[in-house]
Amino acid sequence: MRNYATFLVRCGRLAFVGDWRYYTWLGALTAVILLGLNAYAKQFAVGLITTGMSDQVSWGVYIANFTFLVGMAAAAVMLVIPVHIYKNEDLHDLVIIGELFAVSAILMCLCFVTVDLGRPDRFWHLIPWIGIFHFPGSMLSWDVLVLNGYLLLNLHICGYMIYCRYCGRTPSKWFYYPFVFIGIIWAVSIHTVTAFLYVGLGGRPFWNSAVLGPRFIASAFTAGPAFIIIALQVLRHFSTYRVTDKALMTLRSIIQVAMLVNLFLLANEAFNEFYAGGRHIASTRYLFFGLHGHHALVPWIWTAVTFNVISAILFVMKASRRIPVLNITCALAIVGIWIEKGMGMVVPGFIPTPIGEIVDYTPSFNEVLICLGIWAFGFLCFTIFLRMSVPVLQGKVFMARPREAQA
Amino acid sequence: MTRRSFLRTSTVLATGAAAIAAGLAPLRKIGHYSSVEEFLQKQYKELSPAEMKVVLTRIEGEVERQYGIRPHVRDYKPMSGVQFVYALNLSRCVGCRKCVHACVAENNQSRNPEIQYIRVVKLPNDGSFDLESGDVNYTPKSVPEAGFFYMPIQCHQCHNPPCVTVCPVKATWQEADGITVIDYNWCIGCRYCEAACPYFARRFNFATPSIPKEQINPKMSYLGNRPRYKGVMEKCHFCIQRTREGRYPACVEVCPTGSRKFGNILDPDSEVSYILKNKRVFVLKEELGTHPRFFYYFDI
Repeated sequence: MRNYATFLVRCGRLAFVGDWRYYTWLGALTAVILLGLNAYAKQFAVGLITTGMSDQVSWGVYIANFTFLVGMAAAAVMLVIPVHIYKNEDLHDLVIIGELFAVSAILMCLCFVTVDLGRPDRFWHLIPWIGIFHFPGSMLSWDVLVLNGYLLLNLHICGYMIYCRYCGRTPSKWFYYPFVFIGIIWAVSIHTVTAFLYVGLGGRPFWNSAVLGPRFIASAFTAGPAFIIIALQVLRHFSTYRVTDKALMTLRSIIQVAMLVNLFLLANEAFNEFYAGGRHIASTRYLFFGLHGHHALVPWIWTAVTFNVISAILFVMKASRRIPVLNITCALAIVGIWIEKGMGMVVPGFIPTPIGEIVDYTPSFNEVLICLGIWAFGFLCFTIFLRMSVPVLQGKVFMARPREAQA
Repeated sequence: MTRRSFLRTSTVLATGAAAIAAGLAPLRKIGHYSSVEEFLQKQYKELSPAEMKVVLTRIEGEVERQYGIRPHVRDYKPMSGVQFVYALNLSRCVGCRKCVHACVAENNQSRNPEIQYIRVVKLPNDGSFDLESGDVNYTPKSVPEAGFFYMPIQCHQCHNPPCVTVCPVKATWQEADGITVIDYNWCIGCRYCEAACPYFARRFNFATPSIPKEQINPKMSYLGNRPRYKGVMEKCHFCIQRTREGRYPACVEVCPTGSRKFGNILDPDSEVSYILKNKRVFVLKEELGTHPRFFYYFDI
């Protein structure tokens, strides 16, 4: 226990040690976080009227980011499965990085949900046994459970593995293997449940589609590994941590499949909507072509489609084996999916309203600042997690043996 | 610790604290923080009668402080043997929207930002029933306009309400007389119910509601027309403070054409029972399985 406390303290100290680039990066992130905090303080004082949301479009860019980030968190499983099921050696040392990424993403998700609440002071109503938890009736209560469960699972797995490395002992399988396998199923469940939040609403035909869940998973397994490919290269650049090109290529082949499945499912959805036509396609038409003179989302969705198609083509071409091309391809996929799944999925569900009103939605400046603040917070968490764990994983920081301590 | 490192650490800490304080400065604008009692208040159904009495007195004080008028807030209970049903005659409605204004006045809805429970859709007589071709912002000199008919939409008080299913904290539920209500002190403002409602019947308080003192209706009910808080949901509750005393909802009373009918469906002699038995009746979006208690009908 005392060793563990020392471990935590030493990790905590590590977070504040670095060169000038590290301090500049942390400083910049903190500045953005403070801007976001200030914007949130305004929203808290005045109300959600400071956002671009309305009764017609009652969820906006907060929930869009939330949905996207749940997928990013789930995508860590794309490192866990190859390593623990297929015994992939290249990715072996990178699993923990993926899990730390998942933890950061979940923390951002929780922030995004909190800033979306009208009464964040009443959050305790949601805590099981203390408040009133509508389980299993409400899909939102399922989401609270699976997200927090996933956070705890990943914290346990990362914390335990890193601590074992610190102590220089082999992790006991019983202490983490069951959790790893529960974690794999859990990762799929967090994103499925998040999809069910939307799918379960019969009054919103745009969301009420069985293929939405699979689409969520496919797009998450594209954007997540794409982000990890870039993050790993940043890590490799700024530290001596060993990240092989082979590992990046393994992730690339995962994305190849996921991206193609994602586009295939999108095509299925489009066919289902447009070929038979009918009344329920108004939202899809609004998204892709505009409706009754309202075109707010049209440029966005076509940007997303273009980015996704270009990145899909590049991913299957040999050209993307070259690292610079791979990076551009990954960036295109991340941006494309962020638009398609965020603004392109959440907002059109509300337009037109169930009684036919068309009201456009554009996030307000204050709303955007809050989002940037939360993203900066996520990056700050991820940076600090890496700063603390990499030296331990490399064996540079370890538990002092009694004899060494005396010497 | 050396003098220099002490100075450096304290400078960093002071700058950080100042930055956070500056960031949180807008919180000073909050006029009224919720009291401890308000923060810890239990959900409606868990309150004992004695606790409810205390809560009602506290709320009367809150309203008086905010609006400068002492209201009388009661907790109206459902009457036994009563299930409310609403019927609206599409042949008669002329789209005057007197119901909208009567509702706002009766139920202490916010005037700024404006909140209204009833939306009247003006639809063209063009052989379709497409709500999307409707207009809710029509402003002619006089109604009805030739070539159009009018369809008022408000909460349908569904028998199988999707809004109640999705609420993560059970802040909204269906009462024994069929009215779906909200505990404004329990709602966390996630707006999931608003996304779930197929009739666009729910409203969110994006800001603190404002009502001029002289326009306040001081006869209030806990689950009904007492002023709402910033950040919570609200909706039509069939004027609980009137109907649970045997009176008509404000929209029924004000309607100049008699298009609006309201009553107890369990009473075979009631007007609504007669309409359901003898008129051509339909409900909106029947295919969703929500089973509304709000029926539309035609004269012939």
